[in-house]
Amino acid sequence: MWREGMNLSEVIASMESSTASRAQPAAEGKGFKQTASRRDFLKAGAAASAGLVVACFLPLGARRVFAQDVAKQPAPIPPNAFVRIAPDNSVTVLLKHSEMGQGVWTSIPMVVADELDCDWSKVHVEHAPAAPEYRHTVFGLQMTGGSTSTWESFAQLREAGAMARALLIAAAAKKWNLAGTTDCRTKNGMVFCGDKKASYGELAEAAARLPMPTNVALKKPEEFRLIGKPIKRLDSKAKVTGTAEFGIDVKRPGMLIATIARAPVFGAKVKSFDATKARTVPGVVDVMQVPSGVAVLAKHFWAAKQGRDALVVDWDLGPGAAISTSGLRAEYRKAAQTTGTVAKKAGDVDAVLKAGKVIEAEYEVPFLAHAPMEPLNCTAEIGKDGCDIWTGTQFQGVDQMAVAKLLGLKPEQVRIHTTFLGGGFGRRANPQSDFIVEAVEVAKASKQTVKVVWTREDDIHGGYYRPMWLSRLRATLAKDGKPAAWAHTIVGQSIIAGTPFAGAMIKDGIDGSSVEGAADAPYLDAVPAHRVDLHTPSSPITVLWWRSVGHSHTGFVVESFVDELAHAAKQDPLKYRQALLPEKSRERLALDLAAEKFGWGKALPKGRAAGIAVHASFGSYVAQIVEVSVEGNGPDKGRIKVHRVVCAIDCGPVVNPLTIEAQMQSGIAFGLGAALHSELTLKDGKVEQSNFHNYLVLRANEMPKVEVHIVPSTDRMGGVGEPGTPPIAPAVANAVFAATGQRLRKLPLRLA
Amino acid sequence: MKLDVNGREHEVDAPGDMPLLWVLRDLIGLTGTKFGCGMAQCGACTVHVDGVAMRSCVTPVATLAGKKITTIEGIGKDGEHPVQRAWIEADVVQCGYCQSGQIMTAVALLKQKPQPTDADIDAAMSGNICRCGTYQRIRAAVHRAAALTATAAVGEEVSHVA
Repeated sequence: MWREGMNLSEVIASMESSTASRAQPAAEGKGFKQTASRRDFLKAGAAASAGLVVACFLPLGARRVFAQDVAKQPAPIPPNAFVRIAPDNSVTVLLKHSEMGQGVWTSIPMVVADELDCDWSKVHVEHAPAAPEYRHTVFGLQMTGGSTSTWESFAQLREAGAMARALLIAAAAKKWNLAGTTDCRTKNGMVFCGDKKASYGELAEAAARLPMPTNVALKKPEEFRLIGKPIKRLDSKAKVTGTAEFGIDVKRPGMLIATIARAPVFGAKVKSFDATKARTVPGVVDVMQVPSGVAVLAKHFWAAKQGRDALVVDWDLGPGAAISTSGLRAEYRKAAQTTGTVAKKAGDVDAVLKAGKVIEAEYEVPFLAHAPMEPLNCTAEIGKDGCDIWTGTQFQGVDQMAVAKLLGLKPEQVRIHTTFLGGGFGRRANPQSDFIVEAVEVAKASKQTVKVVWTREDDIHGGYYRPMWLSRLRATLAKDGKPAAWAHTIVGQSIIAGTPFAGAMIKDGIDGSSVEGAADAPYLDAVPAHRVDLHTPSSPITVLWWRSVGHSHTGFVVESFVDELAHAAKQDPLKYRQALLPEKSRERLALDLAAEKFGWGKALPKGRAAGIAVHASFGSYVAQIVEVSVEGNGPDKGRIKVHRVVCAIDCGPVVNPLTIEAQMQSGIAFGLGAALHSELTLKDGKVEQSNFHNYLVLRANEMPKVEVHIVPSTDRMGGVGEPGTPPIAPAVANAVFAATGQRLRKLPLRLA
Repeated sequence: MKLDVNGREHEVDAPGDMPLLWVLRDLIGLTGTKFGCGMAQCGACTVHVDGVAMRSCVTPVATLAGKKITTIEGIGKDGEHPVQRAWIEADVVQCGYCQSGQIMTAVALLKQKPQPTDADIDAAMSGNICRCGTYQRIRAAVHRAAALTATAAVGEEVSHVA
């Protein structure tokens, strides 16, 4: 989503109306080399009863630590914390990130628990409320995205765990009348000194009364008991028994369910509506116009849906009704013939192109819906002292401010209760807080507690898509076959334009997320004359980050085109890339490991062909080599079957290898569905697909065998939620070329 | 009408065309069964009707009088069903939203084919979409569940003989 190092303090400044604060990048160095420092800011708050709560946070300029009485605070009231230890020895980690499948419910508590040295089997996890303590250490807003969770909080949460441990040790030393703590040891939730021992639960109450230590030691990597180990998920049981609570499962007293008839084309407005029939549907309670359309409120979902089906709405369609995919394609192709705003350049690319034999190619990817399995939903309850929101969101910080603004409340009066997310993929991180603001609008207009539930059709038609992109590339080759010139023109809508993030994230007319993975393509350093430029057409179609954002198109384009150049140079695609990448580069390490594990160059089973791609995103470096065949007869002819994917990732130090493996499999499945099937098209302003029968995604029978290999690394820690997605489409397209000689430059891949 | 869900009788006041899914979720309060598509395309709403896997989002409640309905809440106590145990062992879940449906389909598959091949699994499970892409671990978990079920069956026989 965002790139490491981006500072969104401007965003916060523009979005926050009440308390002024600024984000400071954590900038804690590489890998595990974090240190505990700046202790001067530590403050202790003593409390009277049982339990220990510890929070320490970096982003606000001052690190504060709270030790608080949890027995008297059953509800999470700010100031809040990351760790609670109860007298029964249970340890609760308050998770500031949203669990949407990526595994933070397990990997983040591992970080806390390792430094705390507690009993892992006693660890419980809760989603934290929306509060300043839980801001992202780099972006300054509470949010989950950009594959950042682990690295952005690694130092912060190690310290939180270490701090709690230090307090428990100090409490034990006091209890045993020791002169110091040097002889105290901890293991598995116990403090030991000589023949004396006490459990964390026994010590928690006393620990909460102690002043914060001025210095805590962090473990050395070789001392880790959890970090780096394959630890299984903590949310499995709830999710295999149907007891895990998702937003759509929330129930409140007197709550009504609402469906909304939204604009059939982008930008359309309600002219008038007739609810006579809708109101006769048993269970329908009310029908009303809201900013996004017409809401039908009912006692249960089925009535709300039947009521909506019975509505007659007259829409003023507006200019959006003229939009079609074919029209956009023509417009984009025309734009790609001219040079846009330059994002990166070196040398005189036009002169070098003119002097050589130009290899030219045009690539296209379609609009895509995220289509998380849990349709969007949000429950809103407006009370005298504020508003409560129950939903699965990736964007608590943004949502809280949006609702506060809408209702004229202070941010802290908007209480966000984060449930499990039935998938996010970026859709639940909306700078406009669309599905949350809409639910609050309905609650406000109806004066009822309301859960707005989207249907799958609402989701597929509802916009906030991965943008359609078109790329035109031209290159010439030097005598050694390496590119002498590389010109890449990108055409597509900006995700950031028009959002509160625009000021911070669009620089010199370039939305960084439009060109990421292209302007910083690792091959460009080896090309003397290069240029990457961007056209940013605007449209009423709403667009959003979709797992891997800009990399979801640039990975495909750059890795396909470099493959084309390798073939034009009559060179092996692996060796060609290796020659262009510096030997010690992290792309190269991932590529070499994948090639070794795949057995690149060895004979494949008959009818199979291999394709390769390597792409860096979100601080991690992923190479994938696939084995495909082209199968099918009759109408099924030309079916691309992916048998095997060998995936190598360098993401720096590893917290949980099982998570990394799962996220590589997941990113590959997500990207492969898009490579083979998924596509949204528009005609007369309307999206032509509506549900999983015509918006196709990957199914079980198409899941290849994925082998994941992790490059041993002490380099800077990167993310894993998104980086597995970009390489799969080009790897498959490159393998299809190897198998058939057909170079497919448009997603989804379709053989002639 | 009366509805038998997980061995308990429920009196529900629902129009006959109301899909079982919404009766379960909004009237009875069993929310483990999920809404994903509303047109039998994704399998998130899978339940058993008289032991057969059905898509509850397109099954009108009027057709279910006198039939035994089983949901994710009814297949095993405290996650102890072999399929649930296998799912936990194989670390299958990610977001988890589709997993109730995946498990209900797998339970039905193993009743029909106690030792399924990869091809059997793919064929049976392809009606259940997982956007997180947990398919590979699901495959492993179904094999594991088959092994656990076989072991349990042998154990039962042994104890019976003893």
